[in-house]
Amino acid sequence: MASIRTEGGAISLAPSARRNEARSWEDNPALLRLVSVVLFAGIWQIAGMIPVSFAFPTFVDTVIAFGGLIADGSLPKAYLSTLQPLILGVVLSAFLGVGLGTLCGLWRTGEWLLIPVFIVLQAAPVAAFIPMVTFIYGIGMTAKTLAVMILALPVIVLNTYKAVRNVNFSLISMCQSFLGTRWQVVSKIILPDASPVIFAGLRLGVAAGFVGVVLAELLITPTGIGDLITYNRSRANYAAMYATIASIIALSTLTLVALQWIETRVFRPEKRGA
Amino acid sequence: MPMTEPVDSIVEVRGISKSYGNIEALRGVDLDFPRGKLTSLLGPSGCGKTTLLKIIAGLVEADAGTISVNGRTVSKPGPERAFVFQDFALLPWATVLRNVAFGLELRGRALAEREKVARHYIGEVGLSGFEDKYPHELSGGMRQRVGLARALSVDADVLLLDEPFSAVDEQNRRKFQEDLIRLRTNQNKTFIFVTHSIEEAVYISDRIVLLSPRPGRISQIMEPQIDRSVDPDRIHRDKHYLDTVEEIWQGLKQYVD
Repeated sequence: MASIRTEGGAISLAPSARRNEARSWEDNPALLRLVSVVLFAGIWQIAGMIPVSFAFPTFVDTVIAFGGLIADGSLPKAYLSTLQPLILGVVLSAFLGVGLGTLCGLWRTGEWLLIPVFIVLQAAPVAAFIPMVTFIYGIGMTAKTLAVMILALPVIVLNTYKAVRNVNFSLISMCQSFLGTRWQVVSKIILPDASPVIFAGLRLGVAAGFVGVVLAELLITPTGIGDLITYNRSRANYAAMYATIASIIALSTLTLVALQWIETRVFRPEKRGA
Repeated sequence: MPMTEPVDSIVEVRGISKSYGNIEALRGVDLDFPRGKLTSLLGPSGCGKTTLLKIIAGLVEADAGTISVNGRTVSKPGPERAFVFQDFALLPWATVLRNVAFGLELRGRALAEREKVARHYIGEVGLSGFEDKYPHELSGGMRQRVGLARALSVDADVLLLDEPFSAVDEQNRRKFQEDLIRLRTNQNKTFIFVTHSIEEAVYISDRIVLLSPRPGRISQIMEPQIDRSVDPDRIHRDKHYLDTVEEIWQGLKQYVD
């Protein structure tokens, strides 16, 4: 069997032609991802056609409903309302969380003062606080932003704190021996070295922020995406309800992917190829 | 041995003591390091040789005693000393070029200038062509060459090397030792070298300080007069080289449990 795949064979030293062919589709991540999505949509479609439940629409119906929600402007309008507290809450949590976590990692007093609070917050079923937040701050932007932050902040702080505490000591020594200042040790060694774990915390925090905003809209302020879900459920328009839910899941996923992209681009370029 | 000529000491160690809890790592160490020479600190594990090196580097604080470099007492890292780490201590997220230039980056030198210096020393240690690689793409021996180039780039008078070859495989170590001897003739620098390998110490050193353990003290100082201008492989078969190795081993034997 004559190999036609010259571009691969020319560079690689060992693999045989057959192995090359096997690799060609197994190692194609874009294709595999597409297959995964198609499989998921197919199973959804079949489950909807059986139907699993009268309240479970097919994939196609959901896509059509999604188009309808965009066309009549209800989905964009809902997102306009949801995204403001979400972005505000997530950005505040990210900066505040990384800042506080770094501070606690570097400064013993701060550690003793703050870390127990965040450990309790992370262990607590935080959704239970949301009615309390409403009670104090009403049903506006502040309450929603706070709901996002209550959920997002603890995991970001705790991950950052742990990452900063576990920085490779030898690198800190190296920086000091080459006359790095305290600030240079933090900015050029501690933060880059801690960044993988900090980013893991940020991803968890951002995902929790999405939970927070949807919870707030379902529980307290009937606005935005939460309201759209509740409204369509009450009208038994399940396709529209599922389309709304799927859209916020998709947005959350895309945000996390973007975050990963930023991490490898900006902080850990050596992982770009891997 | 002729010891009459006045020795110009670049590093002076006076009465250095250091304990870690109940363990006495160093007791009252006095030592001079002559300028432009390679001095090895040799001894079994637990003799405090790395601790002494880190005290000289200003990375570890001594309980008592003083260190002076070029006649000035020092207690912190300074521009006249540069350290080569046993575990390389390279930034995994930075290329070879940035790693080598890192000491200059910390000193706030302009990018173009520090990269020019770094490229020069990358060439000196034989890593040309690897400037844009990341540490994880290099072998242990190559990583330590990066560590050495970084220390050379800051143009310090004294290079402190903490068992630099202990994490490098045997073949690479031999090659690296040869390169170090060659580098020494080009660079007018003082080397302080910590090792637990007798052969390595005899092979590369002008002067060997033998330390005895628990507590770490100087037990003997010797100056192997080995002609390093000859073919490196001949040194390993040289009678004087082999005799010196044997002599040191007889001296250290008693401390090995």
